[in-house]
Amino acid sequence: MEIIQVVGLGLLVAILSLILKEQKPMFAFLLTACAALFIFIFLADKIAAVIRVIESLALETNVNLVYLKTILKIIGIAYIAELGAQIVRDSGFSSIASKIELAGKVLIIVMAVPIIEVLIRTVISMLPSSA
Amino acid sequence: MNFDINAIFQIAGIGIITAMIHTVLKQMGKEDMAHWATVIGFVVVMFMVIRLLDQLFQEIRTIFLFQ
Repeated sequence: MEIIQVVGLGLLVAILSLILKEQKPMFAFLLTACAALFIFIFLADKIAAVIRVIESLALETNVNLVYLKTILKIIGIAYIAELGAQIVRDSGFSSIASKIELAGKVLIIVMAVPIIEVLIRTVISMLPSSA
Repeated sequence: MNFDINAIFQIAGIGIITAMIHTVLKQMGKEDMAHWATVIGFVVVMFMVIRLLDQLFQEIRTIFLFQ
């Protein structure tokens, strides 16, 4: 029942940061950032277990490991970008948060380009040649 | 959850105590000392958060095969 711990941590941090915001808004921001980091570190352990299983399945079925690595990198980029964007949005700069999300999307596209290229080449090779 | 939950309380406590010190020093008429106390408390908390951030990034780097 780790969800109870996460919810309890969230409620506690919300109350503490409400108290702190009256006195020092900077400390309230750092407190919420710290709580977000705690929850993400906690989730990283759980995601690691899932990824181990996916990795072993991919090794058994002889999938090209480059594709798996690319997908995992994309998930990692999404994870970090989400964390950063949420922390920045909490501090009230939603425009910067949108830029972080945009950067995450662009970097994901850049990572996915080789896979898309292979897919399109496969489709082209299936087409009947015009000659 | 195997991590140190005390860091949350430490940060909240440092914030409250710094606010108290700030108020007391202001009442005594030492404005610049009050601001220094706030800055030092902020830097201490910032170090804690940055250490956590480093831990998270290392963990993500090992999990998602970034090496």
